[in-house]
Amino acid sequence: MSRHQIDPNNWISQYSDYLFNYTITRVSDRAIAQDLVSETFLAGLKSMVNFKGDASERTWLVSILKRKIIDHYRKINSKKGRAEVRMGYSNYSDAEGDWLEEKIADPFDKTAEDKLENSELGDAIYDCLDKLPQKQAEVFKMKTILGYDTQTICNELDITASNLWVIIHRARAALADCIGKNWF
Amino acid sequence: MKKSFLFISCEEAKYICDKSQYGEASTWERFKLSLRLSWCHITRYYSRKNNKLTDAVQKAEVNCLKTDERTKIKEQFEKELAKYQK
Repeated sequence: MSRHQIDPNNWISQYSDYLFNYTITRVSDRAIAQDLVSETFLAGLKSMVNFKGDASERTWLVSILKRKIIDHYRKINSKKGRAEVRMGYSNYSDAEGDWLEEKIADPFDKTAEDKLENSELGDAIYDCLDKLPQKQAEVFKMKTILGYDTQTICNELDITASNLWVIIHRARAALADCIGKNWF
Repeated sequence: MKKSFLFISCEEAKYICDKSQYGEASTWERFKLSLRLSWCHITRYYSRKNNKLTDAVQKAEVNCLKTDERTKIKEQFEKELAKYQK
């Protein structure tokens, strides 16, 4: 008997934010990330029959998403490659100034190692968010990640400000404990 | 000076500490919190953990879908899902 079951009815509420976060760190464009997440869910529906249950639903959806991201880069790379040759800085014969210096890597730019560490930290945060009650996770994400103001969240979720702060307090305490065990 | 004027409970201190993570605590609240932090190790411990969480979320640059973005994906998905559940 397989260990993991598949239930597409919960995919959006359970995995959309995780998949979106996974995608946006790799494509850096909100609209493209949304499209890729949407395509992943639709592809998941089509290939549901192939789900064996060896991996969790999330892992399975991430594997589909990875293919989608690779396909996305394959598609744009041919166009982008051509554009870069045309737009190359050094191709301009009348270019003045220290163009070579401007082309070298920015020393303050994030290194691959930093990015990897941040990506792992992001995964750890999402793993801990998954363990929270749905309402707490939702309020925390709206307040902390999206930066919505208190009134907007209260209006959208039909809760009072004091209720919001109680939810935020519970979410923060649980998250700090959870992340602390694995990260700090 | 009345004790209650400056004294806040541990619960209130945590509440102010949470609000200050989002820049929503007033100057007066932050002052009362700093007084409490000077002598209460429980509040200090909570505050330290709270700051670490804020730093972690900022460092990781985590993202999530806005409500309208999620709704759009959901509508599209549910339309397709309905075909599979017929």
